[in-house]
This record gives sequence, structure tokens and C-alpha cells, in this order.
Amino acid sequence: MNIELLTLSEVDAVSGEKGDFTVRVRRHPRYIDPSKCIACGACAEKCPKKTDDPFNLGLGKRKAAYIKYGQTVPLKYAIDPDACLYMLKGRCRACEKFCPTGAILLDDKESFTDVHVGSVILAPGFSPYDPTGVDHLGYGRWPDVVTSLQFERLLSPSGPSLGHVSRISDNRDAKKVAWLQCVGSRNINRADNAYCSSVCCMYALKQALVAAEHVGQGGEFTIFYMDMRCHGKEFDRYMDRAREAGVRLVRARPHTIDPGPNNTGVIMTYAGEDGKAVREPFDLAVLSVGMETDPASRDLAGRLGISLNAHRFAETASFSPVQSNVPGILVTGAFLSPKDIPQAVTEASAAAAEAARDLSAARGTLAREKTYPPETDVSATDPRVGVFVCSCGINIAGVVDVQDVAEFARGLPGVVYVENNLFTCSTDTQALIAEKIAELNLNRVVVAACTPRTHEAVFADTLREGALNPCLVEMANIRNQCSWVHAAEPEKATKKAKDQVGMAVAKVLGNEPLDKIRVEVVPRALVVGGGLAGMTSALALAGQDHEVILVEKADRLGGNALLLERTWKDEPVAQAVAQLVSRVESHPKITVYKNARITSVDGSVGSFISTLEAGGETREITYGAAILAVGGKESRPDEYLYGEDPRVLTHLDFDQRLKEDPASIRRAESAVFIQCVGSRTPERNYCSRVCCTHTLKSSINLKQAKPDMNVFVLYRDIRTYGLRETLYQKARSLGVMFIRYDLEDKPRVEAGADSLVVTVKDHVLGLPLELAADLLVLAAAIEPADAHDLLHLYHASANEDGFFTEAHPKLRPVDMSADGLYIAGLIHYPKPVEETVTQALAAASRAGVLLSKSELSLSAATSRHNADICMSCLACFRMCPYNSPYINEEGRVAHNELKCTGCGICAGVCPAKAFSVRNIRDDQIVSMIDALTADLCQGPGFSGSQA
Amino acid sequence: MQAKAQETPTPAVEVPVAAPPDWEPLVLAMACHYCAFAAADLAGVMRLAYSPSVRIVRLPCTGRLDHYHVLRAFERGVDGVFVAG
Repeated sequence: MNIELLTLSEVDAVSGEKGDFTVRVRRHPRYIDPSKCIACGACAEKCPKKTDDPFNLGLGKRKAAYIKYGQTVPLKYAIDPDACLYMLKGRCRACEKFCPTGAILLDDKESFTDVHVGSVILAPGFSPYDPTGVDHLGYGRWPDVVTSLQFERLLSPSGPSLGHVSRISDNRDAKKVAWLQCVGSRNINRADNAYCSSVCCMYALKQALVAAEHVGQGGEFTIFYMDMRCHGKEFDRYMDRAREAGVRLVRARPHTIDPGPNNTGVIMTYAGEDGKAVREPFDLAVLSVGMETDPASRDLAGRLGISLNAHRFAETASFSPVQSNVPGILVTGAFLSPKDIPQAVTEASAAAAEAARDLSAARGTLAREKTYPPETDVSATDPRVGVFVCSCGINIAGVVDVQDVAEFARGLPGVVYVENNLFTCSTDTQALIAEKIAELNLNRVVVAACTPRTHEAVFADTLREGALNPCLVEMANIRNQCSWVHAAEPEKATKKAKDQVGMAVAKVLGNEPLDKIRVEVVPRALVVGGGLAGMTSALALAGQDHEVILVEKADRLGGNALLLERTWKDEPVAQAVAQLVSRVESHPKITVYKNARITSVDGSVGSFISTLEAGGETREITYGAAILAVGGKESRPDEYLYGEDPRVLTHLDFDQRLKEDPASIRRAESAVFIQCVGSRTPERNYCSRVCCTHTLKSSINLKQAKPDMNVFVLYRDIRTYGLRETLYQKARSLGVMFIRYDLEDKPRVEAGADSLVVTVKDHVLGLPLELAADLLVLAAAIEPADAHDLLHLYHASANEDGFFTEAHPKLRPVDMSADGLYIAGLIHYPKPVEETVTQALAAASRAGVLLSKSELSLSAATSRHNADICMSCLACFRMCPYNSPYINEEGRVAHNELKCTGCGICAGVCPAKAFSVRNIRDDQIVSMIDALTADLCQGPGFSGSQA
Repeated sequence: MQAKAQETPTPAVEVPVAAPPDWEPLVLAMACHYCAFAAADLAGVMRLAYSPSVRIVRLPCTGRLDHYHVLRAFERGVDGVFVAG
């Protein structure tokens, strides 16, 4: 209720300044009143006009009355004025005639709204590169050349082919599919997009894997690539899986796509690894198109005065990664640079953190909260169930005999009132239900309608309006899971609807009223780790006026950032870090403990208690949320003569040598860089993400200072993702030599008298090359800090590489699975400065949401533990994903309901039945089964036991 | 031993009979709120038809399921249990 959605709207202009903006919003007409639309789909069904469906990218049709796709938010139809017959030709109005709620507004007009806000966040996203007209690719000319986004629609179970992969030309099964990477990316000849789009390698792998699973035997899937850029968490393992599933990766760039016989399929011509030309037929060619900013977003940036860089993305600095050049206007997502979902979600939280900091003085002043009448106590009364059967216009009633269902419901035990409504969810019907509850003393309600996933909260609210506890409602899903899927069999659908209502009534009889569990929030955050991430998080939280305790194990703040010279964009790091340190140390809201560590943790979300050891003293601290930012480190290589020969350095060694003794570096006649030293190996099967960029920066530095120096980079894949790709281009133009090697045939290093000798097999010649090197720089892997003690204290988890695990890799990238804990920085995964700052801001944003409340109300639909019959067998303790069962002082299993989500795994595994989940207890599940089978279990022949 | 075994009365065994042509098995789907139940909703949005003899129970997680629930369903005459999550 505190988010207002303005859809079909565009920002026309922004005036004012930080803290006091007026945003003029242009609202395009929807031609359908969203307050009346119930998304029944009658308008689309009756609309006679078909048009190309932009969501399916021309692969399917939709009506002029439409929803963009099934999960659209808000789920409200709209009319496309460029297709509607009435708007184009002045006659039709079928939608108006058939809309059951009178929601059609064919004379709807464009309007303008002014919105007053303190902060503006721009997240306008990207457009896929359009390969139309790039002649050698044949897109738009040969039917079986599609873009990756079109292929995504083909793969989608809700797409135009229902997930079946077939050729566009003749609809035959597509068994042999090829992806062509870097279409419109890393290309300055045909596309003018010098950058890497960062996501295409992974989505091509995903599409190939999904297609391989779908097509099964006989499928052949090939990805043609330049470098496989799997630089994210678990991405290299994903590539391994794709390989194991038979996906073929070919390092080649097909120069021509020709049509197959009769214009079906395609023939690709490319140079194989041996340099020979290959012509290979495929059923479909998929162009892995890159990301660009949309012209409309660039116009918006122009109107708002937002600076764009040479690549037409919004420009920000590494230490303030979501702040635009206009104070108070924040920028986020693919509008800043191409990025994947985890990065975009993290950045969105970072922007929220900056807005929360800017608006902290006004926090809560506009927040709205609803009030309800006091709840009636129903504990001592007999069940009085009211059943409301929704017709949903004709959505349900057109298939299911709702009168018959209502009649059936009248005969069910406990039911005292039944009503059929045209639309049970309409505001006036809800008010009537609340009145009926009071009038008839109803103490349980069943709504037979659409799905509880969207509407249970609506009816729970209706119960509160009627002075009943919201847990006393159940829904029977007779639309989405009945009338909509059984339209051809109305009688059987009616029988199913009755059974679902019978089960819902049986269940609701057992529902008990539950109060929310209230937890007072300790208004303080703990940040563990005083590096770049920890300091950024602490300042962001303190800036929102929250108290922060910052714990650093070393004797100074700064962490790895103290060892870095410049960001990839050439911003000096030392100065920025020194500023951060002094701001943290002088901030009145931040208490810093150095030489300190956490030695015990108790409590849970909103109220943790820990022991803190600092400088020989022990104290107890309390806090509501914790951000774990304990960092990582550059590993020490055990190969390539590292540690044996002083000419062999890691990146950080090299940076330090360059700072302390630049002459020794400048004397070198030749330098060799070896990539992936300790990364992407069986022992550490991940990419350290930052080393390619670091190497390129260092090699450019060497070449610029001494152009005749021989600089070689020995690599496996160059992974300068996003705009960093420009460094790769620059290094090549300066004459840095790149030689690829394979993991099976790694370079060898020997110490010669005058120089090191590095032997590597040249991938073009197929012969060993001997390189004389005065300097050898190893791109050593980044490892997570050893944080086993912390993991153990917080019952948190790490992946097999030791990086802390997030609650959801894409959608909750900075939350840990236990509530109230957040992660930022290298302990999550290797990442560069600006991503660390972004993630630290995001973690602060998430923690700030929690700390801005004085009290948490947690769902009480949790699992109840009966200690009297518990045998402490530990089955629950081992299985619970949230660690809510624990071992108490007596060595027995006890249960912390504050951590419980009510998933019921404990109840499922407990052999003693010591756990039961409130309002989905065993006896309720059995009552549902029994209600369903009541007809089958009558008569003398039945010998089944009774519950 | 052999003689004694022969004396034991044969227990009553249900003899399988051919299903009538229009018979449809009653299937109880135990669906996780977050995935299978959501998928069943989406099937509705997409108007994908399937057998109307499936009944759906929503669970907070399929981990909530106990083998006892499955046995109960079979004991009471349900023909199939579909655990989806």
C-alpha cells in the first residue's frame, strides 16, 4: 500500500532539486479502467483483431485487447490503440459489449500527473541489439536465423510454440541449433558497440542446456564464441555441466550464414581450430545479441541532464556507483553497463540505500498503515462457516455450475451460510462479506474463487475488516485450477469444484487464530569486516541514522583496498579509501573495534546478542542485523617458480614493486603475464573475475611507459566483461601480445641466467614458443577469507569454494538464508571495487529496511514443537534449512520459532510427530483427504480406519 | 513343513479387474505453494487442459508431506498421489 504503480507512463520532465523534485509524468491511455478490470480475459477473447505480439518478438500473435504476458503486474488488460479496430476504423466495440464489469474506456485520453518526490531512481533498462541489415548474418532474410531473445520465447513453456523448439521456416523439429556469440558486442566494425555485453555467454549456455534437455536424444547444440566469459559465481561449473550435457563449444566466428536448401535451415561457414574452412548445416541459427541503452532512455537522460559515456551508458564513479552527475538522481541496472540479474538486483538495492540516506530525515512521514476493528475471540464457539462461491463473471460460472457448488456447500458440516457472487473480490462484495461475518457470527470463511496466491491476502484482509483473525479463511481454487483448465468438461469441472470446496471447508474447521509473533528490533547493526565493503555498509547505515558497530580483526581499517592502486577506470584508490577510513572513524553513529572478533552469537533476526573480544577485553553487544563482510585474499601460487625466483610476482606484488621501486620494473625488456593461476582449476573451479582486467591495466601501464617492451599475456579466455572490454582493445592496439593456452598444456617456467624462460604452445602455430621474461606476473586466484568460525557461529553456509552462500543467487543476492544476516564483498565472490561498493550499499539497504522498524511482526504460521514427546533424534536439526531447531543447555532439541518459516519439513521427518505446523497440521491434511474420499468410503464394504 | 503350509487358508486377495473404458483415476496432487501450485495457476492462465480428475492440496513445501498422508489417501480410495514440488 506504500507503492504506487504508474504503468503505461513516461517521465516527461523533472524539476526542482535533491529532496524536492517535481516529476511530470505522461500517462498513456490504457482504455481499460484498472480499478474495474478483473483480468478475466473476455475482452481479449472477444476482440476480433489480431496483431503481432511484441512480447513474442514477432513469433506469435495477440489481440488488440491484451495483457503483455501471463504474470504481468498489475494483472490488468489494456487496448493497443495502433491495432484496435474501433480506434482505427471507428467501429467494433466488442470488448465493451462483453466486459462483465464495464471496465472498457474507449475514450480514455493521455494525461499528465505531477509527482512530488525527494529522490529519483532511473532504471530504464536496455534494448537488445537489432541485427537487422547486418548482411552476413542473414537476420530478417533467412527465416531460420533468430535472435537469442526470440529463441528464449521459443523455449518458454508459455511462448508461441509452448516450449517446443522448431524451425521457423517449416515448423519441423529443430534438432541442430547453433549460437553465434558477440552479435552487436565487442564489435566496432558493424555495430559500434566496443563493449562486451557480459551476459550472453551465460544465456547461450543456459539456452543450449535447456534445449538439450528438451530435445533429448539426437539434439546437437553448438556455441561459436571468441572467449567464454563465465565470470560470475558458479558460472564455470555451469559451463562444465553444459559440456557434460553434450553442448559443443567451438572457438570460431562464422563469417557467413547462408540459407539451407529451399530456404530451410542455415549453413554456417567458419574457420576451424586448424584454420581450415568448415561449412556446417544447422536447423536454427541463434544470434546472441548484446545490450544497448534504448534511444528513449537516452532522450530521458538528455532531458534530465544525466551524463552518458562514449558507449551511451550512464556514467558513474566506482566509489559512488549509482549516483548520477545530478544530485538526488540515482541510476541503476543495465542503464549503467550491461549486467546480469544478480548484479542488477544488487544495484537496485544500492540505489534504494542511497535514496534512503538522502531521505532519512523524512523517513516514515508518508507511510500509510491500515486500521482494523478488534478481533473477536472465536476459541470457545462452534464452527460457523460462511462459503462464498465466486462466478468471476463467466470465468468460473461459464464452465462450473456455481449454483450446484453452492448447494453442495450448504450440506457440508459446519457451514451455516453460502452465497454466490458475481465477483467475490470486488470492493463492494468484500464489504458485504465483512457485514455478513458480523451479522451471522461467522467464525470461519471459505472463498471458492481464483488462486490463494494472489487473493488469499485480499480475503484475509476482509476477515480483519469483519473483526476476525485473518488465519480463519481458506480458498478453494476453482478458476485457475478448475474452470480455466477443464472448459471442455463442465460436469467433471463442477465435481472437482465441489471436492475442492469440501476440502477447503474440512481444512478451515481446523484453522486456529494466530497472532503475529512480535519481536522488538534492536536499533543497531553489526558490521563484521572493516574493508571497503564493511566501511561502505557502515557509512550507508549510519547515514540513515542507524547505530553501527564495526568489527575489524586487523589493527587498521581498509583491508585489501589498501593494496590497490587504481580502479579499472583509473580512479586513484588510496585517496578514496583514506577518506572512507576517516569518515568511518569520526562518525558519531559508528563504533569501531580493531583487533577484534566475534566469539559467540545468540538470538535471531531483530535481536542478536554476541560476545565481542577486542584488545584483550570482552564485552556483550546487541544488534538487530549483521552484515558479514570479512573479505578475501590473493592466493599464494605454488607453481611457476613463485617464491623461488624474485622475478616472479603476483598482481599485488607487482603493484607494490611498481610503487616502491619503479626503476626495477622499467628496466625490464620483456614481461609475461600468466592468467588463471590457481583459478579455473579442479581445485578452485571458479573465475576470480578481476584478474583479466588487472593484467590488462598493468600491461597497458608497461607499454605506455616503455613502448618497446615485449609484453605477453598467456590466457585461457580473456574475461574483460562489460565496458572493461575497452582495456582489451587498448592493450592490443598498444602491441601487447596475447597467446592462448589450455589447462591440459600449461606454460612452463625455467630460470635462465639472464632471464626467465617461459615456454608455451602457440595456439595458431601449434608449436612451442620460448619467451624470455625479465618479469613474470601471475594472475593469482582470489580466495575467500577463512571464516569457518563465523559461519559456525551464525549457522550460515558457504559453497564448496568457501564463499558465503546467499539466500537466492539471483533474487536475494545479498541476503543470507537466515533472516537478519547480509553479505558484501569478497567473502561472497571475487569482485572489483565498484561491485564491492554496490554490494555493500545493497546490504546496508536490506539491513536498513529491518532496522527502520521498531518491531517486527513475524508470521505465526510456524511449526510447534512438543518437547514432551521429542526424542531428540536430530532428524529436524539436520533437515531444517533455517536452523530453527537447536540443541539447548540440556542437550535436547528445542525450537526457535523466530527462525521458523513454517515449511513443515520438520513435521514431515519427525518420527515422533513432535512437530506440527500451525494451520496445516497432520489432522487437517487427513481431514482434507477424508473429505475428498467421503463418497468412496461409505457403505458396508469399507474397512478403512477412521481418523 | 510342506503339509502345514498347505493347510493355511489362502488370504483374501483382491483380484485386479480391467478398468471400465470411461474410468478415470482419482489423483490427489500434493503441491508446493511456491512451485507446483504456482505452475498449476499458470496452466490456468494459459488455458492448458488436463484431466479434471486431479484434486489439488496446497502445502507450504512438499517437505511437509508425511508418508502417512500418502497411505491414508490410498487407503481411502484415491488411485494416485502426485507429489509436486
